[in-house]
Amino acid sequence: MAKRIDVKDLDIYYGDFKAVEGVSLTVEPRSVTAFIGPSGCGKSTVLRTLNRMHEVIPGGRVEGKVALDDQDLYASSMDPVAVRRTVGMVFQRPNPFPTMSIRDNVAAGLKLNGVKNKKRLDEVVEASLKGANLWNEVKDRLDKPGAGLSGGQQQRLCIARAIAVEPQVLLMDEPCSALDPISTLAIEDLINDLKSQYTIVIVTHNMQQAARVSDQTAFFNLKATGQPGRLVEVDDTQRIFSNPSEKATEDYISGRFG
Amino acid sequence: MSTVSTVGESAPRARTTPTNDDFGGRSGGRAFKDQLARILMWGAFLIALIPLVWILGSTLLKGGHMLLEADWWGKSQAGITARREGGGAVHAIQGTLIQALVTALISVPIGVLTAVYLVEYGRGRLARVVSFMVDILTGIPSIVAGLFIYAVWVTTFGFQRLPIAVCFALTMLMIPTVVRSTEEMLKLVPNELREASYALGVPKWKTIMKIVIPTSFSGIVTGILLGLARVMGETAPLLILAPYTKVIATDLFGGLMGTLPTMINQDRDQTLQPALDRVWGAALTLILIIFLLNILGRLIGRFSKVKS
Ligand SMILES: Nc1ncnc2c1ncn2[C@@H]1O[C@H](COP(=O)(O)OP(=O)(O)OP(=O)(O)O)[C@@H](O)[C@H]1O
Ligand SMILES: [Mg+2]
Repeated sequence: MAKRIDVKDLDIYYGDFKAVEGVSLTVEPRSVTAFIGPSGCGKSTVLRTLNRMHEVIPGGRVEGKVALDDQDLYASSMDPVAVRRTVGMVFQRPNPFPTMSIRDNVAAGLKLNGVKNKKRLDEVVEASLKGANLWNEVKDRLDKPGAGLSGGQQQRLCIARAIAVEPQVLLMDEPCSALDPISTLAIEDLINDLKSQYTIVIVTHNMQQAARVSDQTAFFNLKATGQPGRLVEVDDTQRIFSNPSEKATEDYISGRFG
Repeated sequence: MSTVSTVGESAPRARTTPTNDDFGGRSGGRAFKDQLARILMWGAFLIALIPLVWILGSTLLKGGHMLLEADWWGKSQAGITARREGGGAVHAIQGTLIQALVTALISVPIGVLTAVYLVEYGRGRLARVVSFMVDILTGIPSIVAGLFIYAVWVTTFGFQRLPIAVCFALTMLMIPTVVRSTEEMLKLVPNELREASYALGVPKWKTIMKIVIPTSFSGIVTGILLGLARVMGETAPLLILAPYTKVIATDLFGGLMGTLPTMINQDRDQTLQPALDRVWGAALTLILIIFLLNILGRLIGRFSKVKS
């Protein structure tokens, strides 16, 4: 079910500002890739091009190629709405829908896309909440508002919501940055479980987290402020953390960085 | 490391209780300004309150007893002259409510959709022009709206003066308030919710219908009701476009229609007590209806679907 992502010579713009330049990388199916790098180097920007969320921002456009199992995501025949059904996303700040109950939040993707069968919805809600390690905590209050959960629970609710539409790929932009260490561990465990079914890309500022959860790590950097960000190197996580081929990577990982 | 530990081990400094002087003292000038600002604000508030209390008080005193009579809510002014007591305000209450309802039916869809366009879709030239037009509409005096509809409806098309034309004029006054208040409410919906919905593969229009509008629903309704309350008190377009009648008339295409503002206007220069009582009664009734609308708006605000 999971798919491979191929990015080739990708340039990303905000209006006239070129934010990211010349990114090429491959993400294997059923693997976890971590994006690391200093603030402002374009990690979120690259991530958002993988499900065509970048163009939601006025003036946002890309040049280059992003393919999902050889299907060009930016082909003119490609519907961005369909792309986003295939490539799910979890955001930095948990953002459950405030008008909806826990159940409706998880079912939102299906319901809003026209699934009405109540039995099917209930099954999906249960499976997704179990998949997101949240079922036991909320099974007795599925009709309570989703915004009433703790931050860590809300983030897992958002993960459940994302996997309920059965995407092929899951993108996560600093999913743990607003969470305590215990919730963070819960989500890292979850990422490890999800890996067997999904292709996962995660942005993180936490080196240990990148080392713990990912198979492959991509290091992004800025040449100078105001210049576009670029991909410095991408390699097996083990190699990046033990013996990177670029000096900039080594400096960043060992903390000898600006 | 070593420097830190030496600092930690050094003998504690002699302590003195801090005085105001340690913080630079509280300057007499600042305290004075604080007092002055406080007095000014309270003063302004009380001055603003005076006309409000005065109007409410005198309307209640002079018109209150009218509202206690059963006839007031059960009869029209049919066959009643200025020197005769009796009769009611049903014709005017009905007229005001009917016109308000039809005005709302026309203005709300147009106003809400315009706001959705401006907030969710509007970019570039067209959006700027629309926004500018709404600004201009906001500033139009009601008599100009009335005369404009008269010019179009009667002079240009040659139709009769009709209550429905009043609704058109009131619509011109209500649309800008609905657009502006709805816009504010839509802008309050965090962008993250829209993005969360897009990321689930939900199309934009569905995101607006199912996420954005439900999230801001109570605010939108409150804004609509407040706008409606404002429009209900307008008089000029009514005088121009739909002459007053004392009998019950509920047909928007029937020519005459009594309303509360025109009922007030009808007898306002009378000196006979029965007529004066009716003027104050009608004024109080109008205030009461608008007050109830406000309460309703606030109640709906409480029953918001946004839960936490
Ligand atoms: N909406 C936007 N409009 C214009 N420029 C933007 C926008 N979002 C990001 N940028 C710019 O794009 C560049 C990359 O930003 P991005 O958010 O991708 O960085 P990041 O690596 O995710 O940083 P962080 O680690 O702080 O999240 C920055 O120079 C930023 O100023
Ligand atoms: Mg970021």
